[in-house]
Amino acid sequence: MMDVRSFAVIATVVFGIGVYGALARRHAIAVIIAIELMLNAAVLNFVSFSRLAAPGSAVSGQVFAVFIITVAAAEAIVALALVLALHRALKTARLDRFNMLKW
Amino acid sequence: MAAVSFTVIGLVLAALAGFFGYQAATATPFWLTDVMVLPLAGGLIIMALQDKYARMTKWIAAAFSLPAMLMCIGLALAFRIDGAGGYQFAEHASWTPALGISYSLAVDGIGTAMFLLTGVIIFAGCLASWSVEHRVREFYALLLLLTSGVFGVFAARDLFLFFLFYEVAVLPMYLLIGIWGTGPKEYSAMKLTLYLLLGSAFMLVGFLALYFASGVTPLTFDMDTMLKTAYSPGFQKLFFPFLFLGFGILAGFWPLHTWSPDGHASAPTAVSMLHAGVLMKLGAFGIIRVAVELLPIGAHAWLPYFAVFTIVNITYGALVAMSQTDLKYVIAYSSVSHMGIVVLGICTLTDAGLNGAVFQMFSHGIMTGLFFALVGFTYGRTHTRIIADFGGLGKRMPVLATFFTIGGLASLGLPGLSGFVAEFMVFLGAWRFNPVLAVIAAAGIVFTAAYVLRVLQRCFWGPLNPHFADITDANRVEILCLTILAACLILFGMYPRPLVSLINSGVVGVLARVGGGG
Amino acid sequence: MFPGILALVPALPFLAFVVIGLVTRPWRWLSAGVAIAAISVAFLLSLGALSFLLTAGAETPRVVELTWLTTSTLNAHIGLRLDALSGIMLVVVTTVALMVQIYSLGYMSEEPSLSRYYAYLSLFCASMLGLVLATNFLQLYVCWELVGVCSYLLIGFWYDRHAPAFAAKKAFVTTRFGDLGFLIGLIMICTAAGSFDFVEIQAKVAAGTWTAGWLGTVAVLLFCGAAGKSAQVPLHVWLPDAMEGPTPVSALIHAATMVAAGVYMVARLFFLFSASPDAMQVVAVIGGVTAIFAALIALVQDDIKRVLAYSTISQLGYMMLALGVGGMAAGMFHLFTHAFFKALLFLGAGSVIHATHTNNMWEMGGLRKKMPWTFWTFVAGSLALAGVAPFAGFFSKDAILHLVMGKNLFLFALAVLGSLCTAFYMTRVICVTFLGEARAASGHAHESPWVMRVPLVILAVLSVVAGFWHAGFERLVQGGEAEAEGLNLGFAAVTQMVPLAGILAGVMLYVLKSPDPDALAVRFAPLYTLLKRRFYVDELYDWIIDRIVLRCSAGLAWFDRHVVDGAVNGVAWLTQQTGTQLRYVQTGRVQHYALAVFGGAAILLAIAHVAGAF
Repeated sequence: MMDVRSFAVIATVVFGIGVYGALARRHAIAVIIAIELMLNAAVLNFVSFSRLAAPGSAVSGQVFAVFIITVAAAEAIVALALVLALHRALKTARLDRFNMLKW
Repeated sequence: MAAVSFTVIGLVLAALAGFFGYQAATATPFWLTDVMVLPLAGGLIIMALQDKYARMTKWIAAAFSLPAMLMCIGLALAFRIDGAGGYQFAEHASWTPALGISYSLAVDGIGTAMFLLTGVIIFAGCLASWSVEHRVREFYALLLLLTSGVFGVFAARDLFLFFLFYEVAVLPMYLLIGIWGTGPKEYSAMKLTLYLLLGSAFMLVGFLALYFASGVTPLTFDMDTMLKTAYSPGFQKLFFPFLFLGFGILAGFWPLHTWSPDGHASAPTAVSMLHAGVLMKLGAFGIIRVAVELLPIGAHAWLPYFAVFTIVNITYGALVAMSQTDLKYVIAYSSVSHMGIVVLGICTLTDAGLNGAVFQMFSHGIMTGLFFALVGFTYGRTHTRIIADFGGLGKRMPVLATFFTIGGLASLGLPGLSGFVAEFMVFLGAWRFNPVLAVIAAAGIVFTAAYVLRVLQRCFWGPLNPHFADITDANRVEILCLTILAACLILFGMYPRPLVSLINSGVVGVLARVGGGG
Repeated sequence: MFPGILALVPALPFLAFVVIGLVTRPWRWLSAGVAIAAISVAFLLSLGALSFLLTAGAETPRVVELTWLTTSTLNAHIGLRLDALSGIMLVVVTTVALMVQIYSLGYMSEEPSLSRYYAYLSLFCASMLGLVLATNFLQLYVCWELVGVCSYLLIGFWYDRHAPAFAAKKAFVTTRFGDLGFLIGLIMICTAAGSFDFVEIQAKVAAGTWTAGWLGTVAVLLFCGAAGKSAQVPLHVWLPDAMEGPTPVSALIHAATMVAAGVYMVARLFFLFSASPDAMQVVAVIGGVTAIFAALIALVQDDIKRVLAYSTISQLGYMMLALGVGGMAAGMFHLFTHAFFKALLFLGAGSVIHATHTNNMWEMGGLRKKMPWTFWTFVAGSLALAGVAPFAGFFSKDAILHLVMGKNLFLFALAVLGSLCTAFYMTRVICVTFLGEARAASGHAHESPWVMRVPLVILAVLSVVAGFWHAGFERLVQGGEAEAEGLNLGFAAVTQMVPLAGILAGVMLYVLKSPDPDALAVRFAPLYTLLKRRFYVDELYDWIIDRIVLRCSAGLAWFDRHVVDGAVNGVAWLTQQTGTQLRYVQTGRVQHYALAVFGGAAILLAIAHVAGAF
């Protein structure tokens, strides 16, 4: 059985990559991908810690994982639709151009 | 139209009579609730009117506020002064027991006097607004709603209820001034509301502190329980200023008074009447009822310092009033000055001072109501409030001039009118408390005489300004309104004993709790 | 039960006020009738009261009271106190009031607001009688202010003219300023005594409860009120201006009754004043200075009413002087006689003004033939005022002079000099107004109607005979304890020279014109101007009001608008500015917000870590 620490390290790394992408990338699609990375890091943590906390029996972590995957899919659809709509209106998908709501 | 009006009013009165008759017959009188609900019911009915009946609004308002006034008079007559005094007409109902909130009402002598004041002012205010044309229904509905709030505060024996009613009384002002006001009305409405909400914030802190520190389980907002609680001296000294200043803002406490001149000057007539006449008294009432009574040690520690500020109120208000050019500002600053006398009376924590303070609350309420009504009526005819524009109006409006003289003389503390009794008692109390303050406060009355007479001379005396040659005197509704107010001033000025005895029965209770000197 | 019915004395005029105000306002002659009927009954009752005192004795005051207000520690009453002082004052007030009200029927006959006039007069009478009958400090103060307001309303009776409107305000505010002292003194003594009652406080003073120094402070404060009401220097400025009111009002209020209230107050509180020699000294000096000060100003006035006004101030000074040197009976007796002859003089002046429609003496002249009744009664009043034997003023003034001589020679010199001036200025008035040749305004002058002449004659008779009651008066007031001081004939013979010299000087200047008064005025120009400008006291006060009070007021108003309210608006501005600046944080770029979220989370975690949460 693998050490839960390895999973935690992988999840942290993935989450960090996600944070970097979400904050630093300019393209909307790239940011969405980065957000997916963060979600997946969370899923990985849920599953691994669920396993650590109650090996064999409890599945609550897995249930969360399934929920997150489902919600992430729905969210990705909405996000992509928004990006498409914005792209149609503004002819760009760069987030730094979307500042109509500034002060 | 008139026939319809009278029919509706007749039906309303009949329904009211039946309602009260039922209560009396079944021996379950909820007098305080009844008085409080009357204006609210009137307001709701007015809002439910169809547009085409909007012209009946003022009749309905009068039909609801007249019984309210009469019931207040009845309340004052039924209040038993002999014996214990104390709280009477108590009502209690559980409301949100989990949080220790209950619906409990009761009045003592002080509250009864304030009920009487409010009843008189609201009826007079309805009459004084007879000429409002713009969005009449909303105007009267808000006015009546506000009145219910005022009644509620004067009767509440639960801090949560107190706060609730307090906000109900204060907030409609924003709309009333902002929509029906004159001059920089939005600015004034905003300033007044924000300032008073600042006061509410202070109060709320104090209320919550009282609630959590009351030490009973379950925690309660019940004021009678709090009266029995001995809050620690440190706690009292820490939270007394919150409560005092929170209420003090509404009482026009210097230097937190500047909402009052702007607010009163911009507000429509009846709103000025109610605001200066009754709402400012809520502040003073709160200081007595909550701050002083619940935190007596804090009161003893802080009031000597606050008393100095009230002296500033009195003299400074009078001096500033002297050089105002706008009639309403003169009266607004005179209110600041007179409310200083009220708070000074409270600060003395003596029998004479407190009696005088409450008497002054009553007297000033009536007097300032009279003043604002007069200014409103005069403005309605001359369309100016600048003193220099007037001149010799007494020639064309002898009735208004006479009432203005009565109000002015009451304002400068002329014996024979109620203002004197109040001021005299406050000065007596102040002398026992601190002679220097008493002397300075008494000196303020000379300034008051100077500015009141100056206004009288400039506006109503002297040669008639030819500009106003065709001006008319007061009509019958206006005369009724003014007569009611002036009669109170004269009646309680000539023979103050009944009112003083009523107030004293409440003051005795306060002093028993606070332990002030004689 | 006798004092009970006395309640009608102030109550009837008050009822008349109410009835006129509410019912008979539209019918002016009916209103006048109501007022006169009320005061007539009050007059008869007052006579009854006085004769009751004379027969039953006045040693102990008779008191009835009613509770006015009561709290745990306060107990205030209103009531009636009948003793020698109040009995005499009742008669003085009701007599003069009745005469004045009858006289007004003629004088004010063309006035459309006659109802208002009689309503105010009735209210004044009620308040004045209430003051006279006061049983305690509070009632005294209440009525004191009420007479003040009646005076205000009556001075400003012709309110549609500038001068009366201004004079009314000035009178009220000036007396109010004095009343501040009254109020403070009243609060001091009543707080210390725990009671307002004259009897109780008198007992405490007699028992030596308080030191003379403290009592002196109280007495001087109370005297401020008296000085304001009785127009003593330096609070005398309002009385000459008060002449803007209708002349009968000047006769009633500003000559005979209200202005004498100050004197009455000091007499009423004599137990308090006499307990402190210092306070007595203050009263005497103020009185003496006022007596000469006002008499000097009266020498050069052109307005007939103003001469009389300054004369009133001067005579009130004499009364105060008498009280100050301990002569309570003498002071009150001068009040008693002065009320009649000064009311007479004012009514006489009113009669002249009614006929000539001017107040300026230099526009009159030669009225003796045209108005014989007015002339002869005026002469009687003037002789009484000048103190020529055997007119009323002689007895009262002589008693004062005699007393003062025994106490203080400096004040005596002032008083004698004042007496000389008095005789001189009254001679001047008579010469200029009634003698000589007719000037502009005298052309169409005619004698006044009988309703005006009758009161003149009655008052003239009183001015002649009132002095003979001298001994009886003193016995009544002193309560029989002190032997009434007889008339000192030798002293009187000497002091008689003073008014006679004054009259002689007046006749030389204004009838024989040698020396010519105009030439004198030029020769002594600085002195003449000083007197003409009334010692610049009014100018000084105007300066104080304009430069100090009003500037203070304007300064504070500016302070309130710009500093106090500026702070409020400043807070609002600050809030708005903060918001304005902070909104730039809202860049609209989603990644900035995300950075804030992650950064915030990181900082929170760091804090939690440092705090040792994990």
